[in-house]
Amino acid sequence: MNDQRIFSLRNQWFTTSVGIVVLLAVAAALVGFIWLPTLEGNVRRYGLWNTICSAAGLIRPSASEPVVTPTYPITDVVITSQTLRGASADAIGRGATLALRCTMCHGARGLSDANTPNLAGQYGVAIYKELQDFKSGARQSAVMAPLVANLSDEDMRDLAAYYAYLPRPHDYNPAGTPQIVVSGAPMRNIPPCGACHGELSNKAGSPWLEGEPAAYLHSQLMAFASGARHNDISEQMRNVARQMTPSEIEAAVHYYESQP
Amino acid sequence: MLNSRRLILAHFWLAFGTFAFALPLGVWQMYVRSPLHAWISDPELYYRSVTAHGTVMAYVMPTLVAMGFGYFITEASLKRTLIGRHWAWLGFALVAIGTVTAVVPVALGRATVLYTFYPPLIGSPFYYIGVALVVVGSWIWVALMSVNLYHWKHDNPGVPVPFPMFASVAGSYLWAWTAVGAAIELLFQIIPVSLGLTSTIDAGLARVFFSWTLHAIVYFWLMPTYIAYYTIVPRAIGGRLFSDTMGRIAFILFLIVAMPIGIHHVFQDPDVGAGFKFMHSVFTAMVSIPTLLTVFTICASVEIAGKLRGGRGVLGWIGALPWRNPIMLAVAFSFVMLGFGGAGGLINMSYQLDNTIHNTQWITGHFHLIFGGAIVIMYFAIAYDVWPHLTGRALTCYGLMRAQLWTWFIGMIVLTFPWHWVGILGMPRRMAFYDYSDPTLAAWAFPVVMSVIGGAILLVSGVIFIAVLIDGQRTSRVDPGSYRFSVAVHEPRSVPAALNGFGLWLGLMIGLTIINYGFPILNLLSVSGTAVPAVLVGAMR
Repeated sequence: MNDQRIFSLRNQWFTTSVGIVVLLAVAAALVGFIWLPTLEGNVRRYGLWNTICSAAGLIRPSASEPVVTPTYPITDVVITSQTLRGASADAIGRGATLALRCTMCHGARGLSDANTPNLAGQYGVAIYKELQDFKSGARQSAVMAPLVANLSDEDMRDLAAYYAYLPRPHDYNPAGTPQIVVSGAPMRNIPPCGACHGELSNKAGSPWLEGEPAAYLHSQLMAFASGARHNDISEQMRNVARQMTPSEIEAAVHYYESQP
Repeated sequence: MLNSRRLILAHFWLAFGTFAFALPLGVWQMYVRSPLHAWISDPELYYRSVTAHGTVMAYVMPTLVAMGFGYFITEASLKRTLIGRHWAWLGFALVAIGTVTAVVPVALGRATVLYTFYPPLIGSPFYYIGVALVVVGSWIWVALMSVNLYHWKHDNPGVPVPFPMFASVAGSYLWAWTAVGAAIELLFQIIPVSLGLTSTIDAGLARVFFSWTLHAIVYFWLMPTYIAYYTIVPRAIGGRLFSDTMGRIAFILFLIVAMPIGIHHVFQDPDVGAGFKFMHSVFTAMVSIPTLLTVFTICASVEIAGKLRGGRGVLGWIGALPWRNPIMLAVAFSFVMLGFGGAGGLINMSYQLDNTIHNTQWITGHFHLIFGGAIVIMYFAIAYDVWPHLTGRALTCYGLMRAQLWTWFIGMIVLTFPWHWVGILGMPRRMAFYDYSDPTLAAWAFPVVMSVIGGAILLVSGVIFIAVLIDGQRTSRVDPGSYRFSVAVHEPRSVPAALNGFGLWLGLMIGLTIINYGFPILNLLSVSGTAVPAVLVGAMR
């Protein structure tokens, strides 16, 4: 074995290997950044420099196209998994005081027979989002709108903390969970209800539905399907509800209503 | 000269023990999503199983095999005691602890993120920390391989590094550099979110970092297999290695071109430029060169063995080969699976053809054929070959060994060929159930059932494998003699400095990584507003 220096222009291993790698990289770059885009007509349309930048993945301002905006307000609440984590006892106390004005419909401890949603033990972030949407008009309700008009962001967080703190009705899982809840309908792009709303898992911002009144669940699914309710982020529920058959809606509503 | 038998045996046993744990999970997954089973009522369980299967089979098992085999090669080829055995035990302990730390949250449903992490899905921090511990443990191995090589070269100036050691160190360097991508992703992106320090994550950037690791990790898995091709097979079947130099060049080429090519995993991601995707496609194609070099060299070596055994003519030597020898069987099966898997791989790396099969069952079929098939069958062969030297007991149940290799080969073909086929039909991967009653999907049903049968055969084979190893711990004591690696036709007396060390090749590896990954990463880092809210797995249950 010789003890020649490796990193030397006189070492053929060095010059050859570096040369081949550089040549290959340059050739690949020329083909990928210039020749192939030329064949697609990009150089002619956008110029050479713009073509190279585009092939490099550089994000550049382009001629702005008008953004299609809906004719109705949509939700502007941003939710992450960490939103509203760890409420203080003070927040819960303030929320309890504020909640006195909600008891007429939602019950003294968040449970009622008035066909309004039961709120006891609901995820705080789900309550907070709906309150925000009622206030912004993304979700419309003649009853709720005047009640939330004067609530501050802090008030809404406190209310959410209070209801999340209340004990949730006990789960019980009778046999015979309908397929729409555990499996959805994959061929129609319907994920399982349970993947977001409990039973299987939960996604941030989705409420759990067990024990909610049938009349409420049914009316909301129909409202999502018709588009009358449109405060769901990225149209998630509208896309689901539009695809559901009446019997699937019935099965899901009946299942969740009968839960606790 | 083997003075660290317990250390090496511990690595192999933990590797194959975790393999025995993860194998039935895979079979169960095949079964529950097939037409033989009703739709699973809780898909979360399916994904939990996929996560555990993938984590163990991709991160734990091959890493331990590479580590144990690396220590074995260090002592057997350098003919001296491993330097830093205490450190090696520490590395082993970190891998073992990391495995438990990662798998427990998966079992509890707190880290159902699949082994590719899949941001913005975020699981329990213990899962990621566990995986990181496995990687740190393996980095100790990398350092020890390097230290042992350095000391040996210092004590043996001017002597060519034994080829098995050269190849094993090449594999360790490849791993050290390729693990950096996922390590950056874990440390700077995922673990902070997982610990609740931040709430959003740039999933596109995370995927690019993961692709840095994801492709070259396959070549890290491949290294023990290729080392076995070169250093075990010719000797085991009574031949000689055709060319020592060819072997060195093949491993050097892997070091350079296996690394900066991972963007072909994100061909469909819009945030990476098409020009860079093409460059990665070109360099992925280059990987076929060391593979073809290897296929040529090993076929030539096997031909030497066949002719030494009296085979004549252009193909007559094939019949003269020792087909009852498990190593001969293993390498033949491995080559067949490598051939089919490699051909499928050429489709995956083609920017246009990839469109057809991206994210379909073709991909799962592909990597099971290459990794589970061509690579892992040689892990079995390695275990059979070194076991008597580790246990000091004879491994005599040749019939069982042959049955095991045959069933693994047949099982893997029956598993993966239909899997490729349904991929072409458009069957998406990573789903817990399919509506086979729908006319659009009905054609998938039969091939999927065939795959289940293939999986069941593999399970049988896995059980036989463990039985052979256990039997090897209970037979009578023998003196296996000193371990021998294959000898080249022309034994190297002197090799060029460039083929006796790694400086130049590591430089090229890092340089090419910067060329191929530097701009895409900087570009994604410089764009603001690309982070999305993380989705915590198992939150608020």
